[in-house]
Amino acid sequence: MSRPAKAHWAWLGGALVAAALLVLPFLFKNYRVFQFNLVLVYAVAILGLNILTGFNGQFSLGHGAFYAFGAYTAAILMSLYALPYWATLPAAFAVCFVIGLLIGFPALRLAGHFLALATFALALAVPQLLKYKAIEHYTGGVQGIVLSKPEPPFEFSLFGQPLSADRWLYFFCLFVTALMFLLAWNLLRGRVGRALVAIRDHPIAATAMGINLPLYKTLAFGTSAGFTGLAGALGAIVVAFVSPDSFTVTLSIFLLVGVVVGGVASIPGAIFGGIFIQYVPNIADALSKSAPAALYGVLLIALMYLLPTGVMGGLRRVWARMRARAPG
Amino acid sequence: MKIEFLIPSLACALALASSAPALAQKKYDAGANDKEIVIGAIHPYSGPASAYGAIGKAIGAYLDKVNAEGGINGRKIRYIALDDGYNPAKTVEQARKLVEQDEVLLVFNPLGTAANTAIQKYMNDKKVPHLFLSSGATKWGDPKNFPWTMGWQPNYQSEAKIYAQHILETKPNAKIAVLYQNDDYGKDYLKGFEDGLGDKAKALIVSKVSYEVTDPTIDSQILTLKATGADVFFNITTPKFAAQAIKKMAEAGWKPTHYLNNVSTSVGAVLTPAGLDNSKDILTAQYIKDPTDPQFQKGKEWDDYVAWFKKYNVGANLNDGFNVYGYTVAQGLVQVLKAAGDNLTHANVMKQAASLDMTLPMLLPGVNVKTAADDYFPIERQQLARFDGKTWVLFGKVYGP
Repeated sequence: MSRPAKAHWAWLGGALVAAALLVLPFLFKNYRVFQFNLVLVYAVAILGLNILTGFNGQFSLGHGAFYAFGAYTAAILMSLYALPYWATLPAAFAVCFVIGLLIGFPALRLAGHFLALATFALALAVPQLLKYKAIEHYTGGVQGIVLSKPEPPFEFSLFGQPLSADRWLYFFCLFVTALMFLLAWNLLRGRVGRALVAIRDHPIAATAMGINLPLYKTLAFGTSAGFTGLAGALGAIVVAFVSPDSFTVTLSIFLLVGVVVGGVASIPGAIFGGIFIQYVPNIADALSKSAPAALYGVLLIALMYLLPTGVMGGLRRVWARMRARAPG
Repeated sequence: MKIEFLIPSLACALALASSAPALAQKKYDAGANDKEIVIGAIHPYSGPASAYGAIGKAIGAYLDKVNAEGGINGRKIRYIALDDGYNPAKTVEQARKLVEQDEVLLVFNPLGTAANTAIQKYMNDKKVPHLFLSSGATKWGDPKNFPWTMGWQPNYQSEAKIYAQHILETKPNAKIAVLYQNDDYGKDYLKGFEDGLGDKAKALIVSKVSYEVTDPTIDSQILTLKATGADVFFNITTPKFAAQAIKKMAEAGWKPTHYLNNVSTSVGAVLTPAGLDNSKDILTAQYIKDPTDPQFQKGKEWDDYVAWFKKYNVGANLNDGFNVYGYTVAQGLVQVLKAAGDNLTHANVMKQAASLDMTLPMLLPGVNVKTAADDYFPIERQQLARFDGKTWVLFGKVYGP
C-alpha cells in the first residue's frame, strides 16, 4: 500500500520540477536565462570530471583543456564549415573522447598526484597552443572566434515573454543536460559503474575480480573528456565567443571545485557544482572590489566546513535524519 | 452646454500637457532620468591581470568626486563596477548584466582586446554605447561597421606612425630592422609602421623578423637582425621579450637607434632586468603623465590630482600610473555626459563622444582628445621620450594629427 503511494508522490514531484523548469525562463529576464544556461553547461562539464575523479578516482587538474577543445571544435565547425549548432555537439564529444583516450592511455602509468600534475600541464599549455601561428586560420589566434547566436526556430510566447534566442538556448541546454545526465546515470549505476568504483576503491582487488584495469581506466578518461568537451561546445554556443584567454588553468580548477562542492561521486551534485561556480564569483564581486578572490576563498572554506561531503552529501544527511525521525 | 464647455478646456489641457515636455526637451533612454545616470564598467579585479583593477577603482573614485560636487547637470552618477577576471566569457556575462539587468546608459572602459572583441558585436546589436575601451588595438575606431564602439588611448598603428615619422625626419636613409610578436598586436604595430613610412617602407626596412609568444628566447632573431647591418631597430615586443632583446643586443654589441613600443616601457618590469645601462638611449612614445616623473609633480594639475587622490582614491598607490589613466578616462566620460545635457539617449552619447575637442590635465602638454563622426580615435598625439639610464625624458615636438 505504501510503496505505490510513494511512487505516486515521486511522479508528482518529478512532474512539478519538470513543469517549473519549463516555465522558469519566462519568469526571468534574458540575462538571467543566460546565466541559467551557463549553470547547465558547467553542470555537464562537472559531471564529466566527476565520472573520472569521483567514480574512478583519477585526478585531473586539466579538464578545462577538454572544455576548450570542445568549445573550439564547435566554434570552428560553425564559423568555417557552417555546420548547424546542434550538430557540433556530437562532434565535440567525439573529438574530446579521442583526445581523452590518447591522453588517458599514457596516463595509466601515472598514479594519483602525478596524473594530477600531468593534466595540470595540459591545462597550462592549451591557451598558448590555441594561439599557435600555424593553426591561426582555424582558431582565430588571440582574437578568438565570434559566433552568432542561434535564433529560435519558431515563435512562441508565455506570460507575454517571447521565446528569445536565450530562452530557446535554455531549452536546448536543458534537453542536452537531461540527456547527458541520463546517459551518465545509465552508465554508472550498472556493471560499468561498479567496475569504475571498484578500481577506485581497490585496484588490485578489482583486477583479481577480472576487471580489465587499463581498458576501464582509459575508457573512463575518454568518456569524461567527451562529456566535458560537449559542455565546452554548448558553452561556446551560449556565450557566442571563444578565445584562448577564456580557457585558462583557472577554469580547470573551478571545475574541480564544482565537483567537490556538489559532492564527489554524485550525479545530481554536478548541478549544485554548476550553480556554485556560476554564482559565487558574482557574489564575491558584489561584496568586495578589493579582494573578490579572497572572499571567494572564504566562501569556499565556509561551505566545506558546513558541508564536508558537498551539497549532495549534506542533503543526504538531512534526508536520513528526517526518515529516522518519521514514524514507521 | 456642459459638454461644449468641456471640449475646448480638454483640448487646452491636452495642448498644455503635450507642450510641457517639449519645453524642457528632456530625452532619456534606459539608464538615465531626472535624478541619475547609470554607468556600467568591467575591469579585472581578480585573476591574472588584477593589477589593472586599479583603473576601475580610480574611475569610481573620480565619479565619487563628481557626485560630491553636485553631479552632472544636476544628476548623480551611479557607477556599477563589475569584475570579469580577465576572462572574455565572463566579460560577455557582465556586459549582458549591465545592459539587460542594470539597464545602463553606457558600458565604459572594458579592459583587454579579447574581452572587448567578445562583446563588440553584442553591444552594437543592442545599440548601447561601448565607450572608451582600455585596449590599444586599432580596430576600435571603425564607426562604419561598429558605430557604438569607440576606443580611447593611442592605438598601436598611430604610435608606430610616430616612430616612422621620426625616422623619416632624422634618418631618411636608415636601414631599419623590425622584430615583432607574431599576433594581432604585433601585426597592428607593423602595419602602422609601414603605413607611416609610406612609399619608402620597402626601401628602408631591410629585415622583418617575428617570434612566437611561446618561444623561450629571441636570441637568434636578434643575431639575424644584427647581421643585416641595420642602424635603426623597431622593437615590437611584450615585456619579457623586450627585456631579452635589450640584453642580447648589448651582449652582441649591436647599437642601432632603438625604438621600443610603449607596451614594454616599464622601468621596473623591463629595463631594470635588461640592465639600465643597456637600456640607455632607447626611444619610445608617451601620451600621459608619469606620476613618478618629478617634472610633473608640481603645478595646479598635479595638486588637483593629489587632492583627489588623498580624498577619494584612498588606499591606492600614488606611483601607479593606472590611477592617472583611470582619472583621465573618467574625465573624458564626464565631458561627454556634460555635453549630452538633458538629451541622455544612447544615440546622443555616441554623438557627443564623436564631437570631442579638448585637453585633459594629466595628458602630456600638447596631447588632446579629438574625435569626429568618422574619427573614433580620441587620443592620437604622442611625444617621444628617451631613456637616460634612470627615467624616460621627453623631448622634441608632439607628433600626431
